[in-house]
Amino acid sequence: MQQQQVHLCALMKSSPLINMTLLQSIQQLKDSNDYEGMIQLIPYAKSMGIETSLVGDKIVSTLPFMESNIGNPTLPALHGGLVAGFMENAALFHLLWCFELKKTPKVIDFSIDYLRPGLTETTYSHCDVIRLGRRVALCNIKAWQADSEKPIAIARGHFLLSANEPIG
Amino acid sequence: MVTNAHLEKINQTPHAKKLNLELLSSERTSVILKLPFNEELIGDPVNGYIHGGAITTLADTACGVAIFQAQNNYRAMATLDLRIDHMQPASSGSDVYANADCYHLTHTIAFVRVNLYTDDASKPIATATGSFMRSNEEFPVN
Repeated sequence: MQQQQVHLCALMKSSPLINMTLLQSIQQLKDSNDYEGMIQLIPYAKSMGIETSLVGDKIVSTLPFMESNIGNPTLPALHGGLVAGFMENAALFHLLWCFELKKTPKVIDFSIDYLRPGLTETTYSHCDVIRLGRRVALCNIKAWQADSEKPIAIARGHFLLSANEPIG
Repeated sequence: MVTNAHLEKINQTPHAKKLNLELLSSERTSVILKLPFNEELIGDPVNGYIHGGAITTLADTACGVAIFQAQNNYRAMATLDLRIDHMQPASSGSDVYANADCYHLTHTIAFVRVNLYTDDASKPIATATGSFMRSNEEFPVN
Protein backbone atom coordinates (compact mmCIF):
# COMPACT_ATOMS: atom_id res chain seq x y z
CA MET A 1 0.00 0.00 0.00
CA GLN A 2 2.77 2.34 0.98
CA GLN A 3 4.62 1.38 -2.17
CA GLN A 4 1.57 2.33 -4.21
CA GLN A 5 1.48 5.79 -2.63
CA VAL A 6 5.10 6.32 -3.54
CA HIS A 7 4.32 5.62 -7.18
CA LEU A 8 1.38 7.99 -7.14
CA CYS A 9 3.53 10.74 -5.67
CA ALA A 10 6.08 10.24 -8.43
CA LEU A 11 3.34 10.48 -11.02
CA MET A 12 1.79 13.56 -9.46
CA LYS A 13 5.04 15.39 -9.87
CA SER A 14 5.14 14.57 -13.56
CA SER A 15 1.50 15.47 -14.18
CA PRO A 16 -0.50 17.96 -12.13
CA LEU A 17 -3.68 16.49 -13.64
CA ILE A 18 -3.24 13.31 -11.62
CA ASN A 19 -4.35 15.13 -8.48
CA MET A 20 -7.86 14.67 -9.86
CA THR A 21 -9.43 11.39 -10.85
CA LEU A 22 -8.55 10.23 -14.34
CA LEU A 23 -12.06 10.99 -15.59
CA GLN A 24 -11.96 14.53 -14.20
CA SER A 25 -8.63 15.02 -15.95
CA ILE A 26 -10.12 13.74 -19.21
CA GLN A 27 -13.06 16.13 -18.83
CA GLN A 28 -10.66 19.02 -18.44
CA LEU A 29 -8.82 17.93 -21.59
CA LYS A 30 -12.13 17.68 -23.46
CA ASP A 31 -13.05 21.22 -22.39
CA SER A 32 -9.89 22.49 -24.07
CA ASN A 33 -10.14 19.95 -26.94
CA ASP A 34 -6.69 18.66 -25.97
CA TYR A 35 -6.93 14.99 -27.01
CA GLU A 36 -3.13 14.75 -27.15
CA GLY A 37 -3.09 15.47 -23.41
CA MET A 38 -4.42 11.94 -22.78
CA ILE A 39 -0.97 10.53 -23.53
CA GLN A 40 0.50 12.33 -20.53
CA LEU A 41 -2.04 10.60 -18.28
CA ILE A 42 -1.13 7.02 -19.27
CA PRO A 43 2.57 6.26 -18.67
CA TYR A 44 2.48 3.17 -20.95
CA ALA A 45 1.19 5.25 -23.88
CA LYS A 46 3.89 7.82 -23.25
CA SER A 47 6.76 5.33 -23.04
CA MET A 48 5.65 3.51 -26.22
CA GLY A 49 5.66 6.87 -28.05
CA ILE A 50 1.95 6.69 -28.87
CA GLU A 51 0.31 9.78 -30.41
CA THR A 52 -3.36 10.60 -30.89
CA SER A 53 -5.42 12.55 -33.39
CA LEU A 54 -9.12 13.19 -33.84
CA VAL A 55 -10.44 12.07 -37.22
CA GLY A 56 -14.13 12.85 -37.59
CA ASP A 57 -15.68 11.54 -34.38
CA LYS A 58 -12.98 8.92 -33.76
CA ILE A 59 -9.71 8.94 -31.89
CA VAL A 60 -7.00 7.53 -34.16
CA SER A 61 -3.84 6.41 -32.35
CA THR A 62 -0.43 6.44 -34.01
CA LEU A 63 2.61 4.33 -33.11
CA PRO A 64 5.72 5.79 -34.76
CA PHE A 65 8.41 3.24 -35.55
CA MET A 66 11.27 2.86 -33.08
CA GLU A 67 14.05 0.24 -33.04
CA SER A 68 12.83 -0.85 -29.63
CA ASN A 69 9.49 -1.91 -31.16
CA ILE A 70 11.05 -4.86 -33.00
CA GLY A 71 10.04 -8.35 -31.91
CA ASN A 72 11.36 -10.34 -34.85
CA PRO A 73 14.81 -9.13 -35.96
CA THR A 74 14.91 -11.51 -38.98
CA LEU A 75 12.10 -9.95 -41.01
CA PRO A 76 12.28 -7.42 -39.24
CA ALA A 77 8.78 -7.03 -37.77
CA LEU A 78 7.11 -5.23 -34.88
CA HIS A 79 6.55 -7.19 -31.66
CA GLY A 80 3.06 -8.72 -31.77
CA GLY A 81 2.53 -8.02 -28.09
CA LEU A 82 3.28 -4.35 -28.61
CA VAL A 83 0.80 -4.19 -31.49
CA ALA A 84 -1.81 -5.69 -29.14
CA GLY A 85 -0.95 -3.23 -26.36
CA PHE A 86 -1.10 -0.33 -28.80
CA MET A 87 -4.54 -1.45 -30.02
CA GLU A 88 -5.85 -1.96 -26.49
CA ASN A 89 -4.70 1.53 -25.65
CA ALA A 90 -6.33 2.90 -28.83
CA ALA A 91 -9.66 1.49 -27.61
CA LEU A 92 -9.11 2.96 -24.14
CA PHE A 93 -8.40 6.45 -25.56
CA HIS A 94 -11.44 6.24 -27.84
CA LEU A 95 -13.75 5.21 -24.97
CA LEU A 96 -12.36 7.92 -22.68
CA TRP A 97 -12.65 10.66 -25.28
CA CYS A 98 -15.89 9.85 -27.06
CA PHE A 99 -18.17 8.86 -24.17
CA GLU A 100 -19.22 10.24 -20.81
CA LEU A 101 -18.14 7.43 -18.49
CA LYS A 102 -18.66 6.99 -14.76
CA LYS A 103 -15.60 4.79 -14.24
CA THR A 104 -12.27 4.35 -15.99
CA PRO A 105 -12.62 1.42 -18.44
CA LYS A 106 -10.76 -1.74 -17.36
CA VAL A 107 -9.90 -4.38 -19.92
CA ILE A 108 -11.66 -7.69 -19.22
CA ASP A 109 -10.50 -9.70 -22.21
CA PHE A 110 -8.68 -8.97 -25.43
CA SER A 111 -8.46 -11.20 -28.47
CA ILE A 112 -6.25 -10.33 -31.42
CA ASP A 113 -5.86 -11.84 -34.88
CA TYR A 114 -2.69 -11.03 -36.79
CA LEU A 115 -3.18 -10.67 -40.54
CA ARG A 116 0.18 -9.40 -41.75
CA PRO A 117 3.59 -8.76 -40.18
CA GLY A 118 3.95 -5.27 -38.74
CA LEU A 119 6.63 -3.60 -40.88
CA THR A 120 9.18 -1.14 -39.52
CA GLU A 121 6.99 1.88 -40.23
CA THR A 122 4.25 3.92 -38.59
CA THR A 123 1.19 1.99 -37.37
CA TYR A 124 -2.30 3.40 -36.89
CA SER A 125 -5.28 2.09 -34.93
CA HIS A 126 -8.87 3.03 -34.33
CA CYS A 127 -11.79 1.46 -32.54
CA ASP A 128 -15.47 0.79 -33.32
CA VAL A 129 -17.66 0.49 -30.27
CA ILE A 130 -20.01 -2.41 -31.04
CA ARG A 131 -22.04 -2.01 -27.88
CA LEU A 132 -21.81 0.42 -25.01
CA GLY A 133 -23.80 -1.00 -22.11
CA ARG A 134 -24.08 0.32 -18.57
CA ARG A 135 -21.50 -2.13 -17.32
CA VAL A 136 -19.49 -3.33 -20.30
CA ALA A 137 -18.31 -1.98 -23.66
CA LEU A 138 -17.45 -4.25 -26.59
CA CYS A 139 -14.92 -2.83 -29.05
CA ASN A 140 -13.65 -3.90 -32.44
CA ILE A 141 -10.18 -2.52 -33.06
CA LYS A 142 -8.22 -2.33 -36.30
CA ALA A 143 -4.52 -1.63 -36.87
CA TRP A 144 -2.99 -0.76 -40.23
CA GLN A 145 0.14 0.79 -41.74
CA ALA A 146 0.48 2.48 -45.16
CA ASP A 147 -2.79 1.08 -46.52
CA SER A 148 -5.85 1.22 -44.27
CA GLU A 149 -7.51 -1.38 -46.53
CA LYS A 150 -4.83 -3.88 -45.52
CA PRO A 151 -4.99 -4.16 -41.73
CA ILE A 152 -2.05 -5.83 -39.98
CA ALA A 153 -4.28 -6.94 -37.11
CA ILE A 154 -7.86 -6.87 -35.92
CA ALA A 155 -8.89 -7.31 -32.31
CA ARG A 156 -11.92 -7.28 -30.09
CA GLY A 157 -12.05 -6.58 -26.40
CA HIS A 158 -14.48 -6.14 -23.54
CA PHE A 159 -13.97 -3.24 -21.14
CA LEU A 160 -15.59 -3.00 -17.71
CA LEU A 161 -17.29 0.38 -17.22
CA SER A 162 -18.81 -0.12 -13.78
CA ALA A 163 -17.29 -0.67 -10.34
CA ASN A 164 -16.19 -4.22 -9.58
CA GLU A 165 -18.63 -4.74 -6.69
CA PRO A 166 -20.84 -7.61 -5.55
CA ILE A 167 -24.02 -7.94 -7.61
CA GLY A 168 -26.88 -6.74 -5.37
CA MET B 1 18.92 -29.60 -26.60
CA VAL B 2 18.25 -25.89 -26.54
CA THR B 3 20.37 -24.27 -23.86
CA ASN B 4 19.11 -21.57 -21.55
CA ALA B 5 21.86 -19.21 -22.68
CA HIS B 6 20.54 -19.40 -26.23
CA LEU B 7 16.95 -19.03 -25.09
CA GLU B 8 17.90 -16.00 -23.03
CA LYS B 9 19.47 -14.41 -26.12
CA ILE B 10 16.33 -15.04 -28.11
CA ASN B 11 14.36 -13.47 -25.32
CA GLN B 12 16.44 -10.33 -25.81
CA THR B 13 14.78 -8.98 -28.94
CA PRO B 14 14.68 -5.17 -28.93
CA HIS B 15 11.15 -4.91 -27.56
CA ALA B 16 11.66 -7.61 -24.91
CA LYS B 17 14.77 -5.70 -23.85
CA LYS B 18 12.82 -2.48 -23.54
CA LEU B 19 10.48 -4.21 -21.09
CA ASN B 20 13.47 -5.87 -19.32
CA LEU B 21 11.94 -9.34 -19.75
CA GLU B 22 13.94 -12.09 -18.05
CA LEU B 23 13.93 -15.83 -18.65
CA LEU B 24 13.76 -17.51 -15.25
CA SER B 25 13.45 -21.19 -16.08
CA SER B 26 12.68 -23.62 -18.85
CA GLU B 27 11.24 -27.15 -19.01
CA ARG B 28 10.75 -29.49 -21.96
CA THR B 29 7.83 -27.52 -23.44
CA SER B 30 7.41 -24.62 -21.04
CA VAL B 31 9.19 -21.52 -19.75
CA ILE B 32 8.78 -18.89 -17.05
CA LEU B 33 9.42 -15.24 -17.94
CA LYS B 34 9.43 -12.24 -15.64
CA LEU B 35 8.28 -8.70 -16.37
CA PRO B 36 9.86 -6.44 -13.70
CA PHE B 37 7.55 -3.70 -12.44
CA ASN B 38 8.33 -0.36 -14.06
CA GLU B 39 6.44 2.89 -13.63
CA GLU B 40 6.69 3.55 -17.36
CA LEU B 41 4.39 0.59 -17.98
CA ILE B 42 1.51 1.86 -15.84
CA GLY B 43 -1.84 1.94 -17.61
CA ASP B 44 -4.01 2.96 -14.66
CA PRO B 45 -2.30 6.02 -13.16
CA VAL B 46 -4.73 6.32 -10.24
CA ASN B 47 -4.09 2.80 -8.91
CA GLY B 48 -0.63 2.34 -10.43
CA TYR B 49 -1.60 -0.88 -12.25
CA ILE B 50 0.49 -2.13 -15.19
CA HIS B 51 -1.11 -1.61 -18.63
CA GLY B 52 -2.90 -4.65 -20.09
CA GLY B 53 -0.77 -4.22 -23.21
CA ALA B 54 2.46 -4.82 -21.27
CA ILE B 55 0.93 -8.01 -19.81
CA THR B 56 -0.06 -9.09 -23.35
CA THR B 57 3.50 -8.45 -24.57
CA LEU B 58 4.84 -10.60 -21.74
CA ALA B 59 2.38 -13.38 -22.64
CA ASP B 60 3.17 -13.22 -26.36
CA THR B 61 6.93 -13.32 -25.74
CA ALA B 62 6.59 -16.22 -23.30
CA CYS B 63 4.62 -18.13 -25.97
CA GLY B 64 7.40 -17.63 -28.49
CA VAL B 65 10.11 -18.84 -26.11
CA ALA B 66 8.00 -21.87 -25.08
CA ILE B 67 7.62 -22.81 -28.76
CA PHE B 68 11.42 -22.65 -29.30
CA GLN B 69 11.69 -24.99 -26.35
CA ALA B 70 9.01 -27.43 -27.58
CA GLN B 71 10.37 -27.42 -31.14
CA ASN B 72 13.90 -27.95 -29.85
CA ASN B 73 15.17 -25.52 -32.50
CA TYR B 74 15.19 -21.79 -33.19
CA ARG B 75 12.81 -21.65 -36.10
CA ALA B 76 10.74 -18.49 -35.96
CA MET B 77 6.97 -18.39 -35.65
CA ALA B 78 4.28 -15.82 -36.33
CA THR B 79 1.38 -15.20 -33.95
CA LEU B 80 -1.94 -16.08 -35.58
CA ASP B 81 -4.10 -15.14 -32.65
CA LEU B 82 -3.77 -14.46 -28.98
CA ARG B 83 -6.50 -14.12 -26.43
CA ILE B 84 -5.96 -12.82 -22.93
CA ASP B 85 -8.40 -12.74 -20.01
CA HIS B 86 -7.67 -10.35 -17.18
CA MET B 87 -8.90 -11.83 -13.90
CA GLN B 88 -7.54 -9.11 -11.63
CA PRO B 89 -5.06 -6.25 -11.92
CA ALA B 90 -1.42 -6.92 -11.01
CA SER B 91 -0.93 -5.08 -7.71
CA SER B 92 1.13 -1.94 -8.16
CA GLY B 93 4.84 -2.44 -7.66
CA SER B 94 4.70 -6.20 -8.25
CA ASP B 95 6.68 -8.05 -10.90
CA VAL B 96 4.57 -10.21 -13.22
CA TYR B 97 5.47 -13.80 -14.18
CA ALA B 98 4.31 -15.74 -17.20
CA ASN B 99 4.38 -19.53 -17.31
CA ALA B 100 3.85 -20.53 -20.93
CA ASP B 101 3.38 -24.12 -22.07
CA CYS B 102 3.44 -25.12 -25.73
CA TYR B 103 1.08 -28.08 -25.22
CA HIS B 104 0.70 -29.15 -28.85
CA LEU B 105 2.69 -28.89 -32.07
CA THR B 106 1.54 -29.83 -35.55
CA HIS B 107 3.75 -29.52 -38.65
CA THR B 108 2.45 -26.01 -39.23
CA ILE B 109 0.86 -24.74 -35.98
CA ALA B 110 1.93 -24.39 -32.34
CA PHE B 111 -0.66 -24.12 -29.54
CA VAL B 112 0.28 -22.38 -26.30
CA ARG B 113 -1.36 -21.64 -22.95
CA VAL B 114 -0.05 -19.03 -20.51
CA ASN B 115 -0.67 -18.49 -16.81
CA LEU B 116 0.22 -14.98 -15.56
CA TYR B 117 0.65 -14.20 -11.87
CA THR B 118 2.43 -12.00 -9.35
CA ASP B 119 3.13 -13.70 -6.00
CA ASP B 120 1.11 -16.88 -6.20
CA ALA B 121 0.96 -19.03 -9.35
CA SER B 122 -2.32 -20.55 -8.14
CA LYS B 123 -3.96 -17.09 -8.18
CA PRO B 124 -3.43 -15.89 -11.75
CA ILE B 125 -3.96 -12.26 -12.66
CA ALA B 126 -4.55 -13.31 -16.26
CA THR B 127 -4.56 -16.30 -18.58
CA ALA B 128 -3.79 -16.30 -22.28
CA THR B 129 -4.01 -18.77 -25.11
CA GLY B 130 -2.55 -18.46 -28.57
CA SER B 131 -1.89 -20.26 -31.83
CA PHE B 132 1.20 -19.65 -33.89
CA MET B 133 2.22 -20.39 -37.47
CA ARG B 134 5.54 -22.28 -37.59
CA SER B 135 8.16 -21.54 -40.25
CA ASN B 136 11.47 -22.83 -41.56
CA GLU B 137 13.20 -19.54 -41.04
CA GLU B 138 15.89 -19.50 -38.37
CA PHE B 139 15.64 -16.88 -35.65
CA PRO B 140 19.02 -15.10 -35.21
CA VAL B 141 20.72 -16.56 -32.13
CA ASN B 142 24.04 -14.72 -32.08
